[in-house]
Amino acid sequence: MEVYLDHSATTPVDPEVLAAMEPYWHQHFGNPSSPHLLGAEASSALTQCRRYLAQALRVYPNEICFTSGGTESNNLAILGYARAQYKPGHIITTAIEHPSVLNPISYLTASCGWRATLLPVDSSGKIDPGDLSRAISPDTVLISIMLVNNEIGSIQDMAEISRVIAAANQGRRQKIVFHVDACQAFGSVPFDISQLKIDMLSISGHKIHGPKGIGLLFVKTGIQLQPLLFGGGQEGGLRSGTENVPAVVGLAKAAQLAVSGFEEHAAALAALKTRLVERLLMIPETFVNSPPDGASHIVSIRFEGIKAEVLVHFLEQKGIYLSVGAACSSRKQKASHVLQAVGLSPEQAGATIRIGLSPKLTMEQIDYACQAIAASVAEIRQIYG
Amino acid sequence: MYRTILVKYGEISLKGKNRSQFEDILIKNMSHALKGLDYQKISKAYGRIYIECGENWETIVRALKRVFGIVSLSPAVKVELDLEAIKEAALRLMQQRANTTFKVQARRPNKHFPIGSMAMNQEIGGHLLRNIPGLSVDVHHPETELNIEIRNEGAYLYHTTIPGPGGLPAGCAGKGLLLLSGGIDSPVAGYLSLKRGVTVEGLHFHSYPFTSERSRQKVIDLAHILADYTGQGRMRLWIAYFTEIQKALQKSKYPDLNITLMRRMMLRIATKLAQREGALALITGDSLGQVASQTMESLHVINAVTSIPVLRPLIGHDKQEIIDLARKIGTYETSILPYEDCCTVFVPKNPATKPRLEQVLAAEAQYDVDALVDEALAKTESVAVSSAVQIFS
Repeated sequence: MEVYLDHSATTPVDPEVLAAMEPYWHQHFGNPSSPHLLGAEASSALTQCRRYLAQALRVYPNEICFTSGGTESNNLAILGYARAQYKPGHIITTAIEHPSVLNPISYLTASCGWRATLLPVDSSGKIDPGDLSRAISPDTVLISIMLVNNEIGSIQDMAEISRVIAAANQGRRQKIVFHVDACQAFGSVPFDISQLKIDMLSISGHKIHGPKGIGLLFVKTGIQLQPLLFGGGQEGGLRSGTENVPAVVGLAKAAQLAVSGFEEHAAALAALKTRLVERLLMIPETFVNSPPDGASHIVSIRFEGIKAEVLVHFLEQKGIYLSVGAACSSRKQKASHVLQAVGLSPEQAGATIRIGLSPKLTMEQIDYACQAIAASVAEIRQIYG
Repeated sequence: MYRTILVKYGEISLKGKNRSQFEDILIKNMSHALKGLDYQKISKAYGRIYIECGENWETIVRALKRVFGIVSLSPAVKVELDLEAIKEAALRLMQQRANTTFKVQARRPNKHFPIGSMAMNQEIGGHLLRNIPGLSVDVHHPETELNIEIRNEGAYLYHTTIPGPGGLPAGCAGKGLLLLSGGIDSPVAGYLSLKRGVTVEGLHFHSYPFTSERSRQKVIDLAHILADYTGQGRMRLWIAYFTEIQKALQKSKYPDLNITLMRRMMLRIATKLAQREGALALITGDSLGQVASQTMESLHVINAVTSIPVLRPLIGHDKQEIIDLARKIGTYETSILPYEDCCTVFVPKNPATKPRLEQVLAAEAQYDVDALVDEALAKTESVAVSSAVQIFS
């Protein structure tokens, strides 16, 4: 049996998504900017997909900018907004963001004179909205906070965070802009862009059974960004480059499947997670790093005394694919910044695996995986004595 | 203007009766490096190799810069054996070099040509001084040296010499088995052996599932890079199944000696494989004192299991020197990819830096060493690494 448990890394493309994309590779392959019929077909597909995604997110179509994926969306939001300011300012983010948020911010602080505050998180991976309130200063221009963390699945209290930002914006001439990285959230955790007063939001295609190489950035009307890519002026001048029409169609179709099946998926994921955690906790010296109120599709768990990468290779032999919690470098264990931020020691981080679930998994697959994990953990502990 | 590249190969022209054998290997390696490029022919004349090409001499030179045995490459103009033709060519060449100091350096292996080297120097030098304003002669430290070689087949003129990689033609010095770990050092040791003409085969110890498919792929990628220096773009890589030995060593009563025991097992397997495959020496990336297994005491105890030579080309290199070389040959970026290897997954907390042979023999007494070695060898697979791209085939 094959059990893919690394859906937080990437997901297989859904057959329906593949079918929707297919004609746009070779039949309706035109360049949306071309004046002829083929161009018009492609352009029309693009418009429809944009309209559909806008509906799904309850925003306006002209607020959707297609990008090459989550990384570009996050970079465009942060660098694009920072570069549109006439002088360097202050950015607030959290210690557990994805590198595609943290690294553009490091670049701004290291090379462009910006200041940044990285908010700490507690052991459940959540920031204290009070910390956020205290971090806001007169020169704060941007706050970037992920909705669902990609390594432990913690969900931020966006309602409270939104209230803090709204309060700070009271009477401010230039409002602080609020960016949310929702790459791990879309399809699993509901959110309301207008209610939460979100100004920019990133989504990635391949995390929701769509293709790789496509994503979008929602940019609220009135927010000015500097493009990262200059050229033919596509995407309203914000993101030049011939539009990746087949991938856009794939993203829209994947989003449609995620939205229409939301209730059903959420129930399935919750049941899968409960079963998984229950079974894995039967293994001695096992601890769940993910908070109990975290997202249902991400489980970070550690088996004391094992090396996670060895466990991964044991499991791949049994057809089970999952991820390690810490990157192993050739001479030292380098703990992930997220696991460090929630207070795990390097040894604990090195013993951590991450399981990324999909609603398409069956209980039989979960049982098989749990059985194999238990056997492998026992075997490895026995070898290392 | 240049239609010929003159190749000098220093060291091998000293090799007496074997010379033509060395030259043939060098020419074979050069032809391989030039595969798919446009040139008329490669020919050898006493102490020189000539390549006749078109206007693409820069492409040819670039392709030859990785061929060991080449000391230097000079783009040259070839003219017939006629003083006026030589004068005219000299003028054309030196016109690019107005306002420099120069001297003419003529050689005349072809003694049938009536003008001697000294007379030729003066004749051509005078001609250039009369016709190119701004030139002046400096016989001791000229900025430009115009070389003229009078040979049977014609006269060659050149003033630019591009250094080659030196060394001996790959494949002229017998076979050696390189212990290739995936780290920074061993590929460099392989490169330096290739540079001295060794036919290098790689041997990697794979401990799947304790190490990953990626760490295996990384070693194959390193072998791909080394294959560019083997003269024929190919390299044999052996992948030994080391898992059972690793598991057995984890049960050792002397965990501090594990690295020593592991290295001794590796050398035993390598020795047997070398004997089977006709390799005359083992090659390792050891650098004296760098890590616990590379102290003199460790090398002594580890080396005791083999009776064939173990070449350690990096023994006197500092880490930074090794890194600089790894960058130069292009293996560094692959070597530092963070995949676990056998040393990281099984490294003891306090590896012994001064193991003693009696201790080690006592620690090995709990194992059936021969059986473990034979099993690893029996499960060793061979990978033919070549420069071909596989994704499309």
